[in-house]
Amino acid sequence: MIAENISLHLAGFDLLRNINLTVESGKVTALVGPNGAGKSSLLKVLTGDIKPSCGRVLLNSRELQQWALTDRANILAVLPQHTQLNFPFTASEVVELGCIPHLTGYAKDREITSSALQLVDASYLQKRLYTEMSGGEKQRVQLARVLAQIWSPSDLGDQFLVLDEPTSAFDLSHQQMILDIVRQFADRGVGVLMVLHDLNLAAKCADNLVVMNGGTIEAQGKPDKVLTEQLIDKVFAVRSSIRRHPVTDTPLVIT
Amino acid sequence: MRYLSASTLIWVLALLLPVVALISLTLGTIEIPVVELLRTIASAPVGVIDGTQTSIILFDIRLPRVLLSLLVGAVLASTGAVMQGLFRNPLADPSLVGVSGGASVGASLVIVFAGGLSIGPLSGLSLVVSGAFVGGFIATLVVYRVATSSLGTSVTTMLLAGIAIGALAGAVNSLLSYVSDNQMLRQISVWQMGNLSGANWLKVGIMGAVSVCLLTLLPSQIKALNALLLGESEARYLGIDVQRIKSKLIFLTALGVGVSVALAGLIGFVGLVIPHIIRLLIGPDHRRLLPASALAGASLLMIADSIARVVVLPAELPTGILTALIGAPFFVALLVRQRRDI
Repeated sequence: MIAENISLHLAGFDLLRNINLTVESGKVTALVGPNGAGKSSLLKVLTGDIKPSCGRVLLNSRELQQWALTDRANILAVLPQHTQLNFPFTASEVVELGCIPHLTGYAKDREITSSALQLVDASYLQKRLYTEMSGGEKQRVQLARVLAQIWSPSDLGDQFLVLDEPTSAFDLSHQQMILDIVRQFADRGVGVLMVLHDLNLAAKCADNLVVMNGGTIEAQGKPDKVLTEQLIDKVFAVRSSIRRHPVTDTPLVIT
Repeated sequence: MRYLSASTLIWVLALLLPVVALISLTLGTIEIPVVELLRTIASAPVGVIDGTQTSIILFDIRLPRVLLSLLVGAVLASTGAVMQGLFRNPLADPSLVGVSGGASVGASLVIVFAGGLSIGPLSGLSLVVSGAFVGGFIATLVVYRVATSSLGTSVTTMLLAGIAIGALAGAVNSLLSYVSDNQMLRQISVWQMGNLSGANWLKVGIMGAVSVCLLTLLPSQIKALNALLLGESEARYLGIDVQRIKSKLIFLTALGVGVSVALAGLIGFVGLVIPHIIRLLIGPDHRRLLPASALAGASLLMIADSIARVVVLPAELPTGILTALIGAPFFVALLVRQRRDI
């Protein structure tokens, strides 16, 4: 997935300026930045929610808008930050919605649904009503739905997974779980783009770390190279010290 | 957790429907015993509609009326379910798109300014019916246009525009009632209460055609409706052409509700509460919600209309009063029970 020279002006504001970004298949790209940096706007452009004022987005070397909607849904799955679902679906029913773009039949959908729920540690929720779940449980069920959408490889090309702050309602063990899942999908060839707020989490899982600030990309590359004390001071206006993680040897930001 | 399996409920409702219809056929100012009813029906296909009083009552009056209430009930309840899904609001109502308000203005205008004339060749249809349909359709069109910009149709704006149009319609209606004489006033208020007593085969035919139209076009939208419950962006990510689906569903609802209201007047409650009750019982999956709602709505309206026919013999009550009288307490009871469970 390639974003070429994206700019976005809405209601007199420059939300995005000259963004160039490649989400490689098989890699995990993490997007960080302060509030209002344009992360969500960029995701909206990349997922076809908003048309950029200029520039274009290529999905498997074909422009985003030129994909038929169902075909696109088979290769691009998106988990928004919040999903307002006020109807009492069971967890299984929610995840089954993720199978809508597939044409593989009911039995296969059921199989995918239960495996996806199992992967996000939500098998016990299967028959529970969505409206009665906790925030973290809801987020896991939605994650399972999005994973179900690209569960099997597609013959339309590489698949991509876009997650907007997937860890916001998770406890420590589930944060680790999502990193494992994301890596698992990346190893299968899926290109992952994830907005994160926790720099250490991002440093731990990202192959490519993209730092946004004020509607532009401030820096991108390997977390080792990108995360510096100067950058964090400049972008987040926070004094910090950067060490190595004793176990994973990834950068560790201490504030 | 749910207490009732969807297929059980649909089976029960499907078996209930013919029973309710049969009982409904026997009830009225003149009661037809079940045995005689069955004998008369059985002899009909042979072409011997014998002109006895029973067969005249049955085939000219009661059968069309029961069929009309069946169809109107089914259409109101299923379009109600569609609207609640589309607006992602379990308290939405088919009247939200402005149909009912517009229809009642159309009907009142005709009653006040054109009297009760009927159209020549379609003498079974009064001008009031056409006025109501045109009014309903225009109102929906206005609401839809107000809510649609280059970015697509905003359901929130539609909701608000629907309320505004509803208020406007209410004001125009009051104005018309104010300037009308006693007889017109009575006609207007009876029409607004919803009444199935004017049923005839022409109306049944029109309603039947609309029902067939909905029955063939709605099933293909069911997956999209389910996806829409997640939100519009989410549905788009799942490959749904949200704007096309919205326009289609709004048009189908306007058609279904518009014709229902035109033929039977304002029958509240069925479209709001039936889908709501069914959803409480079997969940929001439209694959099962739509058929179950249609069946339940059909039965409820037939029951309400039967009671309306016999409760104040030899006169009868407008059906719209009965639907609310039966349905509202049931709904409240269900809400109370549900609260206790949580």
